[in-house]
Amino acid sequence: MSTLEKSASNGSAELKLTKKHFESDQEVRWCPGCGDYSILAQTQRTLPGLELDKEKYVFISGIGCSSRFPYYMNTYGFHTIHGRAPAIATGVKAVNPDLSVWVITGDGDSLSIGGNHLIHMLRRNVGLNVILFNNRIYGLTKGQYSPTSEFGKITKSSPFGSVDHPFNPVSLAIGAGATFVARTMDRDPAHMQKVIKTASGHEGTSFVEVFQNCNIFNDGAWLKYTEKEKRADNVVYLEQDKPLVFGANRDKGIRLDGFRPEVVSIADGKYGESDLLVHNEKDEDATYSFILSHMMDNPELPVPLGVFRCVDKMPYERALNEQVDAARKKMGEPDLQALLDSGDTWEVK
Amino acid sequence: MGKPVESLKDVTIRFAGDSGDGMQLVGNELANTSALIGNDIGVLPDYPAEIRAPIGTLPGVSGYQLHISSEDIHTPGEKYDALIAMNPAALKMNIENLKPNGVLIVNLDSFKARNLQLARYDENPLENGSLDKYQVFSVDMTALTRNALIDLKLSSKVADRCKNFFALGMVFWLYNRNMDHAVSFIKTKFAKRAELAEANLLALKAGSSYCEMTEQFATSYEVKPAKLPPGKYRNLTGNTAVAMGVIAASQKSGLPVFLGSYPITPASEILHELSRFKNFGVRTFQAEDEIAAICSTIGAAYAGALALTTTSGPGLALKGEAVGLAVMTELPVVICNIQRAGPSTGLPTKTEQSDLMQAMYGRNGEAPLPVLAASRPADCFETAYEACRIAVKYMTPVIFLSDGYIGNGSEPWPVPRVGDLPEIPVEFAKDAESFAPYLRDEETLARPWAIPGTPGLEHRIGGLEKDAVTGNVSYSARNHEYMTTMRARKVEKIANELPKLEIDGADQGELLVVGWGSTYGTLKTAVERKQAQGKSVSRIHLRFLNPLPNDLGEVLGNFKKIVVPEINSGQLVRLLRDKYLVSAISYSKMQGLPFFSSEIETRIDEILGE
Repeated sequence: MSTLEKSASNGSAELKLTKKHFESDQEVRWCPGCGDYSILAQTQRTLPGLELDKEKYVFISGIGCSSRFPYYMNTYGFHTIHGRAPAIATGVKAVNPDLSVWVITGDGDSLSIGGNHLIHMLRRNVGLNVILFNNRIYGLTKGQYSPTSEFGKITKSSPFGSVDHPFNPVSLAIGAGATFVARTMDRDPAHMQKVIKTASGHEGTSFVEVFQNCNIFNDGAWLKYTEKEKRADNVVYLEQDKPLVFGANRDKGIRLDGFRPEVVSIADGKYGESDLLVHNEKDEDATYSFILSHMMDNPELPVPLGVFRCVDKMPYERALNEQVDAARKKMGEPDLQALLDSGDTWEVK
Repeated sequence: MGKPVESLKDVTIRFAGDSGDGMQLVGNELANTSALIGNDIGVLPDYPAEIRAPIGTLPGVSGYQLHISSEDIHTPGEKYDALIAMNPAALKMNIENLKPNGVLIVNLDSFKARNLQLARYDENPLENGSLDKYQVFSVDMTALTRNALIDLKLSSKVADRCKNFFALGMVFWLYNRNMDHAVSFIKTKFAKRAELAEANLLALKAGSSYCEMTEQFATSYEVKPAKLPPGKYRNLTGNTAVAMGVIAASQKSGLPVFLGSYPITPASEILHELSRFKNFGVRTFQAEDEIAAICSTIGAAYAGALALTTTSGPGLALKGEAVGLAVMTELPVVICNIQRAGPSTGLPTKTEQSDLMQAMYGRNGEAPLPVLAASRPADCFETAYEACRIAVKYMTPVIFLSDGYIGNGSEPWPVPRVGDLPEIPVEFAKDAESFAPYLRDEETLARPWAIPGTPGLEHRIGGLEKDAVTGNVSYSARNHEYMTTMRARKVEKIANELPKLEIDGADQGELLVVGWGSTYGTLKTAVERKQAQGKSVSRIHLRFLNPLPNDLGEVLGNFKKIVVPEINSGQLVRLLRDKYLVSAISYSKMQGLPFFSSEIETRIDEILGE
């Protein structure tokens, strides 16, 4: 072990952690040009600023290209089986709530084979940070349609076009009762770092969807949103208490007509900023965030990026451990012999 | 008063009624009372999978059989001395095994046209002479119970629900049972509904008084306490014993218990039981499915808990892939499979030993792990404790097998002293200088247990093949062969610490009976009877199915014939033939029921006569 690693292991209190400290000695083996590189780099850049000792981080993944992620992080890491990372991470967090536990997953891993675990983790509000790499394709198995692929998508397993309707991951998470839901993308490093940092501070499950490009099997899936020249007109960045304004000249906004969002111009005098939807991620009622999440399904509307929803609710591990503490207080310290001897007993002389 | 009391060596009683009649409840109470009196007991709860099949029908019949003895016994009995049948369907389903001249108590009110028809009786069996070989006591239990509760002004529906305690009261009188425990049981059980407590107490006493007063019952019986070894005893079921064993292992090892479980018959009681003991640091997680149950357990083990999951056959099938992950990552996880009859949903409430092959081989790739089986309800404590000890000592998943018969069954348990339990030393890896994730202990071949949160030990594990030292992903051909061998060798090493096999009988001879799991009591009873007749037959019973004990081959070699009775189509027998190339004889039963001793005795006679 290097001196660097040794001193780092004594905790960030004594040593300023840097990106370097979070890089493992394993060669990164994603395809050149893969969006995963950016997510890895932004994570490694963000963690040093979180003021937590390095040994407290655990990265848990399922199966898929994204799930190789833990091997490249110089933290505790567990590359598990397909779709099950949320369940394994729940066990870790339940036993040791002091750990910062991250679930690294993809659209196939968490929305197809692991869909059940994902919704139940969100329902329970387990204190885990989830990063979902959404590339709308199965990459590791070489190019079949995924549960986020568009209807009609032509892939190796759908030569006539997919007849599956896709999931909208943000809507799904909100529907499952998520307390923190955000979206970012591989091509906007600064935004991603901000989102990861905010997500890490949330108590309860934080769910982050990342638009990630698979340049081999689904190149350009998110081009409309990720290319700088198109981004301003196709993306609306969510900021707390700010109206939803977008466009290269920041002259367009989102107005709510009943429950329907619509694009309006704020340049032609008919509408001003005061007519626009003002973002409130703290709204306890999920209706607003659900409306936002569905903007993605309407090609007329820009796609929101940022934090959709961030509300407080009892996290699973806290409730569980509070019961243990309360039982200790009420029933006293454990006495094994007394337990074995309890119930109806009799003596044979 | 004044009625004669006849002393019996032992008695077998069966309660039978509708699923909603509360037969399990009163049967269990009679078992507890008898255990407290000092009898040895053996029980067989036998209930349908449906919570409430249509009232009065044959599929809705629920039974509870209890063997009470003044001697050391090992089975719930075969033919019964007394049958309490609450309706015609219960009579029809159970009369076959009532001994000639046995006591038959029927609830006369239920023998009406409708119920007779539901039970598919063409004529009333109480009237056509078909029951002449039994001592029939027709009692208007429904009417008598309603009468006893008249002052409480309950609806007849509520009052009728108390007739199980009326029946219990009759049995208490008939077999001279003290009512103290039943009284306190009723008071506790219905603590929140005083009127029900009162009603059931009245019904219980009315049942007893009825027998005392009426001329129908001339004689009562008693069964003296058994001569069990001295000590403190407690009656408990196998599933409760598992929970106690795990908590004991937790206290001895200093590791908090984590249970990830999805409800399934007949294993759910372990989840219920463990969830009560939060003050022991027990964390129970009722997962969304069987897969999440084992996966959360793996996560908990990774984080340093004494981690277990509880299930039955279909659940184990779902867990297969994750068990493989635990094998690959060499994490200590205890997987309790309370077996039931399969395949598929099978017979959920009936017993079978048919998951041995699944436990041994039910995973992709070569994924060996230790397999232990409990032999009796009380043995579930020791075997579960041993499973935990082995898991953390060797850093391996362990499968603990029990089944519905011993999981639900109960027996007197000599309560152990904590100081007598084997130690479970656990040391987490701490030293960053010497740490490598897969560097094995020379003696046990266990890898270090390095839990997240330990400074300097940050490392990665996962389901991909591991390098033999660093644990990094390795695609090396030689490394994979080496690791496959090491995973198997680690499990085989456990055999070195197993005690010598205990042979019941001579250590050589004509016939050796080899058993495992819940057949213990029956095999012991049958073999000892044959030995008493001078037959050259001995018996061994295996707790470890993987690895098999080192001295097993030699023991098998000392007998001319070997028979392996199993509640399956012959699974252990295949393992024995495979490993030792012996021509062992399989003796199977696949009826969702335990063996009867008589069946084993007959088979022993046949084999010895061949």
